[in-house]
Amino acid sequence: MERLLSKILREIEGLPNMAEVKKSFPIKGMHCASCVRVTERALKKTPGVKDAVVNLATSKATVTFDKDNCTEEQLADSIAKTGYTLELEEKSEEAIQKEKKKELQTLRNKVMVSLGLGAIILWGSFPGLMNTAPEFLKNFWVQLLLATPVQFWAGFEFYCATIPALKHRTANMDTLVALGTTVAYIYSAFVTFFPNVVMNLGLDAMPYFDVAVIVIGLILLGRYFEAKAKAGTSQAIKKLIGLQAKTARIIREGKEIDLPIEQVGIGDIIRVRPGEKIPVDGEILEGESSIDESMITGESIPVDKAKGDMVVGATMNKSGSFTYKATKVGSDTMLAQIIKLVEEAQGSKAPIQRLADTVSSYFVPIVIMLAFLTFGVWYIFGPNPAFLFAMLNTVAVLIIACPCAMGLATPTAIMVGTGKGAEHGILIKDAESLEIANKINTVVFDKTGTLTKGKPEVTDIIPLNNAKKEEVLKLAASIEKGSEHSLAEAIVKYADEQKVSTNTVSKFQAIAGHGVTGVIGNKKLFFGNRRLMDRKKIDYKYVTEQINKLESEGKTVMLLTVDGKLAGLVAVADTIKDTAKEGVAALRQKGIEVVMITGDNERTAQAIAKEVGIKKVYAEVLPQDKEKIVRQLQTTSYNLKPNVVAMVGDGINDAPALAAADIGIAMGTGTDVAIEAADITLINKDLRSVASAIELSKKTMRTIKMNLVWAFGYNIILIPIAMGVLYPFTGMLLNPIFASVAMALSSISVVSNSLLLKKVNI
Amino acid sequence: MEINKLLVSLFSLGGMAFTYWFFLMKKDEEAVVVKTNSIDIMVEGGYSPSVISIPKGKPTTLIFNRKDPSACLEEVILSDFKVRKYLPLNQKISITITPQKEGTFDYSCGMNMFHGKIIVEDPERNRRVT
Repeated sequence: MERLLSKILREIEGLPNMAEVKKSFPIKGMHCASCVRVTERALKKTPGVKDAVVNLATSKATVTFDKDNCTEEQLADSIAKTGYTLELEEKSEEAIQKEKKKELQTLRNKVMVSLGLGAIILWGSFPGLMNTAPEFLKNFWVQLLLATPVQFWAGFEFYCATIPALKHRTANMDTLVALGTTVAYIYSAFVTFFPNVVMNLGLDAMPYFDVAVIVIGLILLGRYFEAKAKAGTSQAIKKLIGLQAKTARIIREGKEIDLPIEQVGIGDIIRVRPGEKIPVDGEILEGESSIDESMITGESIPVDKAKGDMVVGATMNKSGSFTYKATKVGSDTMLAQIIKLVEEAQGSKAPIQRLADTVSSYFVPIVIMLAFLTFGVWYIFGPNPAFLFAMLNTVAVLIIACPCAMGLATPTAIMVGTGKGAEHGILIKDAESLEIANKINTVVFDKTGTLTKGKPEVTDIIPLNNAKKEEVLKLAASIEKGSEHSLAEAIVKYADEQKVSTNTVSKFQAIAGHGVTGVIGNKKLFFGNRRLMDRKKIDYKYVTEQINKLESEGKTVMLLTVDGKLAGLVAVADTIKDTAKEGVAALRQKGIEVVMITGDNERTAQAIAKEVGIKKVYAEVLPQDKEKIVRQLQTTSYNLKPNVVAMVGDGINDAPALAAADIGIAMGTGTDVAIEAADITLINKDLRSVASAIELSKKTMRTIKMNLVWAFGYNIILIPIAMGVLYPFTGMLLNPIFASVAMALSSISVVSNSLLLKKVNI
Repeated sequence: MEINKLLVSLFSLGGMAFTYWFFLMKKDEEAVVVKTNSIDIMVEGGYSPSVISIPKGKPTTLIFNRKDPSACLEEVILSDFKVRKYLPLNQKISITITPQKEGTFDYSCGMNMFHGKIIVEDPERNRRVT
């Protein structure tokens, strides 16, 4: 009516249509120009739409429509009919939080009214207590008047959930509460209306409004606390989302303008001043600064960055000022990837949950069947007044059963556990990985780039057969220029530093695990390890002693031959990471077997292993054989059962070994392919985090097991007590009001126990 | 046995039998085949439709609309697709999945009380069979 009036008024007054809006919506499923025509036509035909333009490149529709005559849902429906999907803007996290807060407020009001009225009814009806109550509160009609709003207003949500569920022939917690409280309320209303009929049946005409009302109040109170606690389980994700910068200062045509983060594109030049948040990922063009990356990597010490270094969006610029070029925006940024990964992990299911899943799908119907059984047994075999015993015990059974605790036991712990990991720079791919990590008893480390910094430096150049040192370096650097190996990088860098120029190489060939070959001018060069020399049948025995000496110092030695004759040795050494020793020690302390695997020669491998404290070493392993060794370790038994093996690598060269291991742990940067290949990614690149991840898994699994024992134990013990199995021996029965207290506490305790994971040290 | 006790035992046994039949012997709903690339799923006392059939390898958008205030249904979990999503009341929430393998995948509410099924079929194979 209001809409119609405003429309008429506008038409009379000749005013422009103020209800006209122009909005863009993403459309999914389009892949050709004909899709554009179909969707555009469908939008234009929708009543109230003035214009619609669909862009295939951006997969977006820009629609001008009269919001008085057309809703966004109608637009979505029109598109759905054509087989595509128009995505409506989802509410922001802020709006959702606001809504949740409002729901909590309503729930709190319902709890206060229910418990307040319940207390008044209890005062007027509870034996002993009722003697002190004013006369009017003892009146059944007054009690009915007070109980009715609680039953049908505060308890409305139980009916709202029960009725449609019954239509689907399913039942849940609400069904049990609705059944239990309705039985108590209807009996009490019957007593109020027909007290004589009840008395003629030999029963005391006493209503039980207090039971219905207080049970509703207490269960709602439980839900209120449960909702508050549950909000805490997803705090890590909210924290990550909150890290996102809102705006970016872009330099365009010499001017600096503040733009919303959504409008930043790849290649935009962004200025960041001291104390500002870095908006998106990119590469520094000018300036230098110290950057606090703790929010992403968990590493507390700020990192110094200068021209050419990569910066990560959502990290904090400390002291300097710099400009950088945006390289990743929107959903491609490291923060967005981390959020996606944590969200996915929280949406996955741990295998341990299977039992709870099976039980909870039969749970409610079984409880209803037990309630019928309780009623029958108490009515037939129970003491007088049998009907009242039967009814109250039936209500207690319905109220005490708590399927929620079983449903919440595993997911809440997984949510807190994965969130805790993310806060420490440990990204866990899914709940299953978190569960398996708990059983790891062997950790295999790749050497180069994992235990060591992966940035080797040239330490020795030994010319042989009258060659000159500079000549050896020149040839080695020339041939290695085309190689992507980390050792090659060290040699090229060293040549640059020594200002040694390089020559062009033809017929370049890299032989994995061996070295490289190529031709410079008319000289045929081989440059690689002893395996390459053996393969090319080059005699190097006379320098074996020199090679052994260098290798015993942990250096990697490469041999250079020119036209089949040895020209020199180049030794390169890699240094171990600062956290390597502590990381290995922490694992050994947990009784975990630590193994090192490397393509390097035995001597170099042993030297590094000794330094970090690893006893078991597999050296001279070709990249393709690393996977075989992992599989071999899985079947080698230390404790008469197969080993659970974790492989720690950089995620790029070790992808097959990471995939073969029970748990692949990648020392990644978050944007790498590593995230896809690995089960756990350590974005903090801290080797101590391998032990932390295992510890986190152990603590999370312990919490899950405690939760499950509690949830199952609670129901297994208390349902029979509510049925009255102890009555023949102890005379003990469970009042439905106490049943509701126990039920409310049950799910709160499970969620609270999961929240305790936040406080554990890993 | 007194008549009232006999009646109550019949009521009790009948109630148990009815409960078993009503909740535990219900037949699976027939799958609704998603012919376009999206489907609306009403969330009210469960999921309608609760069983859907979607093609393998193609993105399909499930548009959930929660009408039920029950806290139980406020989250939907598609664990095989690693999705856990909060469903605000009376708002359409889209979840797009691209299943990579055939099979039947369950989804449920946050407390695992209400369930739905996604049947993934390979349209290419069906075409070859026919």
